[in-house]
Amino acid sequence: MKQERKFQSINHTVMKKDAMALLTGKPVYTQDLAPKDCLVVKALRSPYANAIITDIDVSAAQQVAGIECVLTYRDVPQTRFTTAGQTFPELSPYDRLILDAHLRYVGDPVALVAGVDEKAVHKALQMIHVTYEILDAVLDFHQAKDNPILVHPEQDWNPLVDVGGDNKRNIVAQACQDWGDVDAVFADCDVTVDSVYHTRQVQQSMMETFRAYSYMDEFGRLVIVSSTQVPFHIRRIAATALEIPKSQVRVIKPRIGGGFGAKQTAVMEMYPAIVTKLTGKPAMMIYTREEAMTVSSPRHEAEIHVRIGASRDGLIRVMDLDALWNAGAYGDHSPTTVTLAGHKSLPLYGRYEAFRFSYEAVYTNTIAAGAYRGYGATQGIFALESAVNELAVKLHMDPSALREKNMVREGQVMPAYFNETAASCSLDMCLKKVKDMIGWDKKYPRTVLPNGNIRGVGLAMGMQGSSISHVDVATVNIKVNDDGFYTLAVGATDMGTGCDTILAQIAAECLNCSVDDIVTRGVDTDTSPYDTGSYASSTTYLTGMAVVKTSLALIGRIKASAAQMMQCANGDNLEFTGKEVVDHVSGKRITLKDLANKAMCNHGIALEAAEEQPSPGSPPPFMVGAAEVEIDPETGHVELIDYATVVDCGTVINPALARVQTEGGIAQGIGMTLLEDVRFTPEGRIENNSFMQYKIPSRRDVGTIRVEFAPSYEPTGPFGAKSIGEIVVNTPAPAITDAIYNAIGCRFRDLPVTVEKVYEALKGQS
Amino acid sequence: MNIREYIKVQSLAEAYELNQKKSSVVLGGCCWLRLSPNRLIGTAIDLSGLGLDQIEDTDSGIRLGCMTTLRQMETSPALADLTQGALQSALRHIVGVQFRNLATVGGSICGRFGFSDIWTLFLVLDADVELYHAGLMKLREFADLGTTRDILTHVILPKQNRKIGYESLRLSETDFPVISCAAAISANGVDCAIGARPQLAELVPGGQHMLQPGLTEQTIAEYARHVADSLHFGTNLRGSAAYRKDMAAVLCRRVLTKLAKGESR
Amino acid sequence: MKITYWLNGKKRENHIAPDTMLLDFLRTCGCYSVKCGCETTNCGLCTVWFDGKPVLSCAVLAARIDGHEITTLEGLQDEAREFAMYMGQEGSDQCGFCNPGFVMAVLAMVRELHNPTEEEMQDYLVGNLCRCTGYMGHLRALRSYMAYKQGVKA
Repeated sequence: MKQERKFQSINHTVMKKDAMALLTGKPVYTQDLAPKDCLVVKALRSPYANAIITDIDVSAAQQVAGIECVLTYRDVPQTRFTTAGQTFPELSPYDRLILDAHLRYVGDPVALVAGVDEKAVHKALQMIHVTYEILDAVLDFHQAKDNPILVHPEQDWNPLVDVGGDNKRNIVAQACQDWGDVDAVFADCDVTVDSVYHTRQVQQSMMETFRAYSYMDEFGRLVIVSSTQVPFHIRRIAATALEIPKSQVRVIKPRIGGGFGAKQTAVMEMYPAIVTKLTGKPAMMIYTREEAMTVSSPRHEAEIHVRIGASRDGLIRVMDLDALWNAGAYGDHSPTTVTLAGHKSLPLYGRYEAFRFSYEAVYTNTIAAGAYRGYGATQGIFALESAVNELAVKLHMDPSALREKNMVREGQVMPAYFNETAASCSLDMCLKKVKDMIGWDKKYPRTVLPNGNIRGVGLAMGMQGSSISHVDVATVNIKVNDDGFYTLAVGATDMGTGCDTILAQIAAECLNCSVDDIVTRGVDTDTSPYDTGSYASSTTYLTGMAVVKTSLALIGRIKASAAQMMQCANGDNLEFTGKEVVDHVSGKRITLKDLANKAMCNHGIALEAAEEQPSPGSPPPFMVGAAEVEIDPETGHVELIDYATVVDCGTVINPALARVQTEGGIAQGIGMTLLEDVRFTPEGRIENNSFMQYKIPSRRDVGTIRVEFAPSYEPTGPFGAKSIGEIVVNTPAPAITDAIYNAIGCRFRDLPVTVEKVYEALKGQS
Repeated sequence: MNIREYIKVQSLAEAYELNQKKSSVVLGGCCWLRLSPNRLIGTAIDLSGLGLDQIEDTDSGIRLGCMTTLRQMETSPALADLTQGALQSALRHIVGVQFRNLATVGGSICGRFGFSDIWTLFLVLDADVELYHAGLMKLREFADLGTTRDILTHVILPKQNRKIGYESLRLSETDFPVISCAAAISANGVDCAIGARPQLAELVPGGQHMLQPGLTEQTIAEYARHVADSLHFGTNLRGSAAYRKDMAAVLCRRVLTKLAKGESR
Repeated sequence: MKITYWLNGKKRENHIAPDTMLLDFLRTCGCYSVKCGCETTNCGLCTVWFDGKPVLSCAVLAARIDGHEITTLEGLQDEAREFAMYMGQEGSDQCGFCNPGFVMAVLAMVRELHNPTEEEMQDYLVGNLCRCTGYMGHLRALRSYMAYKQGVKA
């Protein structure tokens, strides 16, 4: 169904609908909208990685002037829940309480204080007296499984779905999948690679930290306004955690200052919510940057063991990937992210005869990891692509040639990807193009500069999915208003990506109108149609298809209305041009404007349509990234000279936005590879708790990033589109580390690659 | 942060008197104050009404009022000339322009921050500081003074006939340095300071005449080794003591090699 | 204590506590464009102008603005809209949270630097962090905007 027509809105750069408001500083974020009399809510947090509160005395704190309430574990409901924003029933265990007597990591909240201003609350926080029974902690995820120290020994640990977890063994999830005869094929291979890769936790570091405010509305319902990616999940989580009916909760999402997955978890919404529920008063909590670095929802630390077997001439015949996942103190997104380590890396290759993917996600007394762009694929792809690059060395083959020989091709069934077919795949074009862009043939592997510095190039392939097959749903509602402008109601959350605009572009294309004729509105759980939320790269692909489906349904109703108004037999034979409805038989016509206005008087067909779109498949976007680095061998300093990438996200709906997504994801990948690393003291406290100590890339740290597209056409996507939101962070780590290897012959399997690590490796060489 | 009273003083005498109380603080750029949200300050003393934000270019040296901002220093042609561009090298990595529009030279010196690029450079520039009560003294004497309730009013950079160079190593462009190195060479010898050890910058003891035979690859290498061997280094989040020691020698070698070639940066 | 100052061209008087920081003070004055992104002066989101110079309002005591002029994005709307067109065309506004601080720095840069090279622009703006864009979109917008401004001057 490839369309050759020229698009009027699709594949055009359209300025985001909110661009002007954001760039001129309008007050459109959570904190800007909050009532002025909101109680300020702050938490007292555990200084210990594993402890029980044996006594807590809040009487002095309650006496501080301006304090409304001080809450402890005694004051909260006892139903365990998960903060992970996932479709119900969640794969994440219900292992949390709003406040617990058992504290499971440094920063776990001990008490909540709500007062009239920050000064009063700070004063009260210091006057809470706590006696802790300090327990030994399990901080090393290698030692977590079957450790006598249990992170979750409680009786009411509640996994809704069996994902292989066992709280008595500190296991959150585990599984093993074999396809083909792995051992036999390995035995028959000429060359094998067997390596272990280790990635650390990294923080999303969106510019707007976690924040929410809550109040009771005129119907006695709890309203939560939150900077969240998952308003509908927040509604359900709040109802569960607060033990109130879901009908009594409303969640509203304003403009969000970034999320990248961090806000796919209900990190802190329950805290102002419980204060409002118990006091009846509006309450707001704004996380400091320190809290956003220490009690947040970072990417999972992972150790991935990869084995690859190949024939002498470079055919990859078998792959074995085993992942150890550090869940941290709560299960959250562990059972789900860990599955992507294999399922969204192995399918990059299409010629193997067997594969094994096994994993274990374990509890430790450290920060609970969550969802971060890539969602496990990032760690898996770092490991797998690095292993393939190591294989290229063993085979004395150019790493690009090895990939040309083995990559998945369009039309192939992907056994490691739930047996879905790669119906749209231009990975081969991506590789070819990126080699041109970086100058691969001239620059591979290395160049020594006159000043002694050494440059090297490296590349890696990447993939992701587009929504979660057989799980995600998106519902959309479009209606026609006076004069014929449209309102597009979505449940998908724009966190800065511009999906509100992109979805309007898709609707405009279907309805044959200008993007400016479409008002996009979301998200309010009372009035917006249901959407699982903005994660799993689902907005363009899935919500986009819901827009297409709904637009077609709406056109049917427009025609039916026109038929009635023009007294034609039925609407089926009429044509809707976007501006008018025409009956070519009788010559009658009515403009959309007139139709819309007439429909508001003595008319019986609602000019409104709502459709829900499920996800029968999750077509992977693909990309190839190539890095050029320059190493100063005397200091170990790695400078990023150039990063080139070619993306196959299917049809590109908005080229400017797709380009910026890619550049932003690559910058985050650069940070993960060279700069960012959550560091712990021996007692389990996070040391780098600020932008002073945890350095995200500045504009002088990213070199030059260049992006091109090689669009395939995805038949199940809106106008052939797939996703782009997450894949973009997956190539830098393996591409940059291989560029470093090609430059200086040092292989880094442990991120981040710091100057000192490079220096030590070089010293070790000589 | 809690400040009981804020006073924009009318004279240095007033400032000095107010500062004798232990709970008083003389305000610089206040950037460091931002980092101390729970600090209790009795009197916050503001010197910004006293005209101490001037850069005076005289024949013998450049006199910087204590409230001169890092940005003023960075954009001063006279300072660029005196330091041969080394000051700009030292300052351009410090957070950002907005930060440097606030941070003052007085605050940087009195703060005695281990990572301070200014300390590293000013030590080899043979800087003087002027204190309200104690008068004029060398920066290195001021280093030994420890915390003082005196008010630093000026920093003076003497004009000497020397070649100046500065280099630093950072994990990212706007981060604190892992290690920094400044050197000044004249006919009489070399002065070298290493900063961000991670401790406060220190002048390298001894070795002033090791480069007398001339700036050759060999003398430079020997001197660099001397630099690494004669100072103490420590380990923190950004690097180990062993790495800092090795890098001190590398940076020193690079600074001196550039000066030998006649390059200023 | 009392402070008398100019905010976006209008003279104002307020009573403040001595330890009030300018960032919080400006938000209570209704300048919601001024944002807080960190506690350690590293992000640049809180950039405002103090007598026309870009500073971090999180590190300025409100007491210090007595007798001085403060400018926020609310007072530069026409110029902001002009630059916004270039950013918007690149899609580099993204989540928008870093935008006000960034625009304040850019408009200060336009006044302070004459015909800056790309490296000089990057240096000037390095104190403004962004997590969404990877900075390339900012650079493209700046190139077009600066070319336009040079054209206007010429």
